[in-house]
Amino acid sequence: MRLRSDRFQTGWIVAAAVLFVLLWQAIVIVGNFRPFVLPPPGSVGARFVQAWTDGTMERHVPTTLSEIVLGFGAGAALGVIVGYVLARSRFAERLLSPYIVAAQATPVLAIAPLLALWFGTGLLSKVIICSLIVFFPIAVATMVGIRSVDADLLEMCRAFRARPAQVLSKVEIPGALPSILGGFRVGVTLAVIGAIVGEWAGGEQGLGVLINLARGSLFDTPLLFATLATIALIGVALYAAIALLERRLVGARG
Amino acid sequence: MITSFTIATERHEPSEPPRSVAGVEVRGLDFSYGPARTGEVPRPVLAGVSLSLEPGELVALVGPNGCGKSTLLRLVAGLLRPAAGSIAIGDRPVDGPDPRVGLVFQAPRLLPWRSVLDNVAFPLELAGWARSARYERARELLLLVGMNGSEGERPHQLSGGMRQRAAIARALVLEPSVLLLDEPFSALDALTRDRLNLELQDLWRVTGSSTLLVTHSIPEAVFLADRVLVMSPRPGRIVAEVPIRLPRPRALDQLDAAIVSESAAAVRMHLEAEVAA
Repeated sequence: MRLRSDRFQTGWIVAAAVLFVLLWQAIVIVGNFRPFVLPPPGSVGARFVQAWTDGTMERHVPTTLSEIVLGFGAGAALGVIVGYVLARSRFAERLLSPYIVAAQATPVLAIAPLLALWFGTGLLSKVIICSLIVFFPIAVATMVGIRSVDADLLEMCRAFRARPAQVLSKVEIPGALPSILGGFRVGVTLAVIGAIVGEWAGGEQGLGVLINLARGSLFDTPLLFATLATIALIGVALYAAIALLERRLVGARG
Repeated sequence: MITSFTIATERHEPSEPPRSVAGVEVRGLDFSYGPARTGEVPRPVLAGVSLSLEPGELVALVGPNGCGKSTLLRLVAGLLRPAAGSIAIGDRPVDGPDPRVGLVFQAPRLLPWRSVLDNVAFPLELAGWARSARYERARELLLLVGMNGSEGERPHQLSGGMRQRAAIARALVLEPSVLLLDEPFSALDALTRDRLNLELQDLWRVTGSSTLLVTHSIPEAVFLADRVLVMSPRPGRIVAEVPIRLPRPRALDQLDAAIVSESAAAVRMHLEAEVAA
């Protein structure tokens, strides 16, 4: 039964993808767009394969990927710590939240050039941008998750003489985990955006740089599309990784 | 059942002297809620509560809603600090969450992401027991409450009665000399409640813990207790004591016996007098 329903779903997913490509082709034909405005799916596909085999992606993908992973890791770690402090201290929340919200409300696009100026056009400035953009949703998700941990369970812990570190690792973090991982889901897609924006603000390598190259100096629109597809694939893969982690960590709960 | 429990005691704590069951002595207890910071007038919850549990005695505490029964239990468990008065278990005072106390709450308060076994072993884990030793001990307790076979299940897979059995096993896992029960069966259906009352009587006889049971149910109090204490509305005091002279082990069909209805009537009379006053 389970298998049949899986196969059924896979069928629909493939059908939707085919429909998407057909629609794209139809728009190109009906609108009579020139290839440098909207290339047909066939030429984008060919360019995608070529870019992955001729060393182009080999040069740019690892750069962007490491920016995303390092930036997400740093931002997530900081977000969880600060989110916990905000949840447990009213004073810290009143003191810090105006700054955190203000920082979040300022567009990353506007901060990126400044960070490039301060930290150079290498890895560091992009990691900082990624962690900034990832920080807020994860801090908020952690705060909400920690606050939602059942006060009765905390009293039970006290009755059994749990030390604060034990309460944190055995009850508060596991209890808040579904919410924290929800923040991770949002954060990981934002980290991709952060890396691309950071590369636009200045960089020698990476998929953001490749977009600029394809558009500005190479006039290679199929490559632009192939790069966008690669970025989207990275986002989907990372999101799926978090979802998998979520299923392994909290999937068995009631 | 009895044998397995005794063996467990000897195997895990060979260096400790045989466990002596301690009584509880509560003297002149005052307690108020009300944050001092906001300058709010404190609301007195308990006013001069005194009671004592003989070692191994089972005492039930009944009283109207909000009379401070649960607060009294939390004070004895060391979760709250009294404004005045003293609490001692055996000859040592209670000055914080106490390892000599096992606490069962109205809701089971199991960790939903843990198996039954890991929930029962939780207090041992907090106390730093090695994994194999705490699993062995937790399995013995699950056997004692009739839950062998449910080790791997999660709380949400269990019935309400099973969850509360697991919570009782968890409270007993560190062999407390005092067991405190805060309306432990009030959320269960009548049949399950009767069964658990019977099982609780057996557990109490096996473990020998001094037991203080807070309950709303007069039949439950009379069925289980050696003595029933009646509390007044807030601020709570102990206003009456009804000894239950019913031989043990008690069976459910004895609930119809004349002595039971007389005791229940006595408890009810004291309660009604308090509520009317």
